[in-house]
Amino acid sequence: MIQFDHLHKSYGEGPDAHEVLHDINLDIRDGEVFGILGSSGAGKSTLVRCINLLERPTKGRVLIDGNDVTNATGAELARLRSSIGMIFQDFNLFQQRTVLRNITFPLELHHVPAAQRKARAERLLDLVGLSDYADRYPSQLSGGQQQRVAIARALANNPSIMLCDEATSALDSTTTVQILDLLRRINRDMNVTMVVITHSLAVARNICDRIAMIDGGRIVEEGETETLFDNPKSDILKALIASANAQNHRGGDGHDAANAADGSAATDGSKEVR
Amino acid sequence: MSPVIQEFIADYGELLVQGTWDTLVMTTVSTLIAYVIGVPVGVLLTISAPQALWPHRVLHTVLGWIVNIGRSIPFIILLVALIPLTRLITGTSLGVQGAIVPLVVSAAPFVARMVEQSLAEVDGGLIEASQSFGAGLWQIVTKVLLFESLPSLIRGAAITFINLFGYSAMAGTVGAGGLGDIAIRYGYQRYQYDVMVVSVVLCVILVQIFQSIGNVVARRIDHHSR
Repeated sequence: MIQFDHLHKSYGEGPDAHEVLHDINLDIRDGEVFGILGSSGAGKSTLVRCINLLERPTKGRVLIDGNDVTNATGAELARLRSSIGMIFQDFNLFQQRTVLRNITFPLELHHVPAAQRKARAERLLDLVGLSDYADRYPSQLSGGQQQRVAIARALANNPSIMLCDEATSALDSTTTVQILDLLRRINRDMNVTMVVITHSLAVARNICDRIAMIDGGRIVEEGETETLFDNPKSDILKALIASANAQNHRGGDGHDAANAADGSAATDGSKEVR
Repeated sequence: MSPVIQEFIADYGELLVQGTWDTLVMTTVSTLIAYVIGVPVGVLLTISAPQALWPHRVLHTVLGWIVNIGRSIPFIILLVALIPLTRLITGTSLGVQGAIVPLVVSAAPFVARMVEQSLAEVDGGLIEASQSFGAGLWQIVTKVLLFESLPSLIRGAAITFINLFGYSAMAGTVGAGGLGDIAIRYGYQRYQYDVMVVSVVLCVILVQIFQSIGNVVARRIDHHSR
């Protein structure tokens, strides 16, 4: 369980301080896919980075499984981070490392023996359906393949939590569906709690069990995905849904394809998760 | 082979071979030492900058000043001003040994800036990603910053080497030996233009060779998408 307890985050100090997160209270349950939905600049990325402390809260607490981790440093911080995988919009793969050595990177940091690293990376490559790509470099892969490598890398330390920061925003709609499908299977089969940041209603609807809508650094509403979409309460979510519907009526495209293809079978050739 | 060339080789062959060797030794040794000093300084400059991994305003400012001062002193002045220091370190201010100290002093700050430049090209997202896996400062410096910028560092090393190659010719004017020394002594002071032209041509060929080696190596190991 991840808990935010009266969390605030400001940049700068004194009268110049700029508050980006205001009094966030949120419980993310074990094993769920939790969506943080909002437009750019709403504070989604900052909020999620407070979980692995890439951002330090200005006030309030972050609890993981009941432990206050807000002020973790040194070995405690390293341990915390190794239990939380993270993937990014731009994949952030190491260009000078092969696919295999990208995946072994987190294991290298924690001094896992080489043979063990390689065996683990090969298992993960099999999981994401890229077994034949171990010796390629990221620049030789497509966007979707790169994100698969990033997912395998995020799983290297066997994390219980995975943070996905706009993980499909740089991908086309077909690839988006495949990646969401893979994330969903990892969530189910490996019991990894997922925190998914997105600005896309379609992505949120496709994969999230529950959603918090964030606007101007505040949580404006939260709840089960179905309930939220059927009966939105905040003006911002109502407006987003209305504009998405209008786009659909005009034969809209883009991320809503992810919605249309919801529930489709895996078409990406990746293997079952163990 | 024409007798003219045979005669030239008989007269100056040994001199030119020795000069080439001296130039290569001076340039290679001083490039290596300049990197031993310049890489840590460049890394410190990078990570101590505001908003960087290990912000440290005083250290950053002081290092920046030292590097700028080092880079702003004309080499010909360094060459003379450092004679006492050179004597202290190598025991002589003459010959190949005498040239290495001023060459290093002039190149190390340049290398620091080149390294800083190369490290700045590393995508901030990679640093964030490695932090998210629990990487510490030292791990980020060695496994991410230096490793990811290796092709750029090698291109910088080729530039540094060639700069020092040129500087070593200036060191020739104060008795350092090498091809530059030969060109000046025989061509400028004794009007033996044939010797001067040959030593200049040798310089051109060597610079071409080293730039090409740098390019090939950097291209070989570069896996960034371009």
